[in-house]
Amino acid sequence: MRLDALWVAFYTIVLREIRRFTRIWPQTLLPPAVTMTLYFIIFGNLIGSRIGEMGGFNYMQFIVPGLIMMAVITNSYANVVSSFFSMKFQRSIEELLVSPVPNWVILAGYVTGGMARGLGIGVIVTVLSLAFTQLSIHSLPMVVVTVFLTSALFALGGFINAMLATKFDDISIVPTFVLTPLTYLGGVFYSIDLLPGFWQGVSMANPILYMVNGFRFGILGVSDVNPFVSLGMILVFIVVLAFIALRMLERGKGIRH
Amino acid sequence: MTNALEIEGLTKTYGDGFQALKGIDLHVREGDFFALLGPNGAGKSTTLGIVCSLVNKTAGKVRVFGHDIDTNLADAKLNLGVVPQEFNFNQFEKVFDIVTTQAGYYGIPLGRASDSAEKYLKKLGLWDKRNTPARMLSGGMKRRLMIARALVHEPKLLILDEPTAGVDIELRRSMWTFLEEMNREGTTIILTTHYLEEAEALCRNIAIIDHGKILRHTSKRDLLQQLSVETFILDTEKELSGAPELEGVTCRINDEGALEVDVEKGQGLNTVFVQLEELGIKVVSMRTKANRLEELFIRMVAENAAEARKNMEGVA
Repeated sequence: MRLDALWVAFYTIVLREIRRFTRIWPQTLLPPAVTMTLYFIIFGNLIGSRIGEMGGFNYMQFIVPGLIMMAVITNSYANVVSSFFSMKFQRSIEELLVSPVPNWVILAGYVTGGMARGLGIGVIVTVLSLAFTQLSIHSLPMVVVTVFLTSALFALGGFINAMLATKFDDISIVPTFVLTPLTYLGGVFYSIDLLPGFWQGVSMANPILYMVNGFRFGILGVSDVNPFVSLGMILVFIVVLAFIALRMLERGKGIRH
Repeated sequence: MTNALEIEGLTKTYGDGFQALKGIDLHVREGDFFALLGPNGAGKSTTLGIVCSLVNKTAGKVRVFGHDIDTNLADAKLNLGVVPQEFNFNQFEKVFDIVTTQAGYYGIPLGRASDSAEKYLKKLGLWDKRNTPARMLSGGMKRRLMIARALVHEPKLLILDEPTAGVDIELRRSMWTFLEEMNREGTTIILTTHYLEEAEALCRNIAIIDHGKILRHTSKRDLLQQLSVETFILDTEKELSGAPELEGVTCRINDEGALEVDVEKGQGLNTVFVQLEELGIKVVSMRTKANRLEELFIRMVAENAAEARKNMEGVA
């Protein structure tokens, strides 16, 4: 395919994904907005006022970057895993398989679609957080780069999950039993300085800790880890997952007989 | 004339060890209307699935308008339109979006895609339903939607896997007319069907596949010439209570109350008419029974099954 045709194919996939999640906005856009508002009210306002400062900021200011990142991570992942698995389930994936779209464009289209939802939710949650606290940005490039790369990484994770899934249960196992615990233990609600030494070490093995802290550094200027190490780790994960996803597409794992 | 499709030594063994294709060779000329016939599980859908990249082949060569799917898959796909057996679109999307999105996958920008979608949705009587979610369409409309989707990028080769399955007779006839028109305009068509009447009415060349092997690959005319008996349907002035006894032919009353007469090739119908006149039976019209191909098909598949059984016994 020529370059202009590839571009058309790419934005066709992206627009289709955006059309999908905006069509079912009560399932995709509304729930995270409601959930995050509850977090802000309960953890930020009610409980947070008794906790006091963390990392030199009031508790609400401390958790806002983590909550934004949590929303971006879960929605980037959820969009791709549910959309791609639905296409497999309904066999509408065949529309793509019979067409001349190269595998890398299929992957890029779905990842971008997942990022559109993840980042869109990120913007919604950020706007909602302004009703509860003031946000001043320490480093805009760090904020933008971290949130974009993290969103891309989890969209890739969702894609691999969808390729491997054979039934609907399989697309909820990873978000429920892997993603949610790692996110909650990834420093969204606390600084790992509060943990005993051993658990601080264990926490350093959690990749989400680096993403949350990289983003928190961008907004507040404080972090439990070196923010550039965070970016490096995200990039390495992206390269590895993209390679795995492309290999799966080439072999037709779960989509070709 | 170039070949629209060339298949050489194609084999497919599934993960469970089942050998669906045992080295088939096939060619379809450009402009042809070609039928791939076979009983359930014969290997028809596997063959077409490989051509359309929905199934990975085990070995062999496939070329679409000369483009090898191993070395030039994108160009092969650009020439192909596919109408699968099962509905495979997103049931929640609107008809127009389904067709224009498919065009986008072929690199056609939205403006041109919209024009092409309008053209084919109008031709297939779906334009009024363009803003309807696909799940709200009737079965026949869904089949037509898949045809419009397959044609939106104007492929030179259209592959249809049982396109009229579960479609009522009126719609089936209108789809035949549409496909014949497409073929006249230059589109090469390959179809699989269980309705042998369909293959007989539409196709010029036919391959019969069974147990992963091509049993026959020839023109419809050659195939039909092998028939030793031809069946004629005679409509009589008065309805007959039973089949008359006629010398030299076998006859019966069919479901419509007409007289069906089996005549040996070369025997002629004169003796039949003479005998009927003697019996006071007046014939008002006559036609050939359309499903002659069905008889041949059943015979070939039965012969193949018998041969397979014999080979199995030999092995045992």
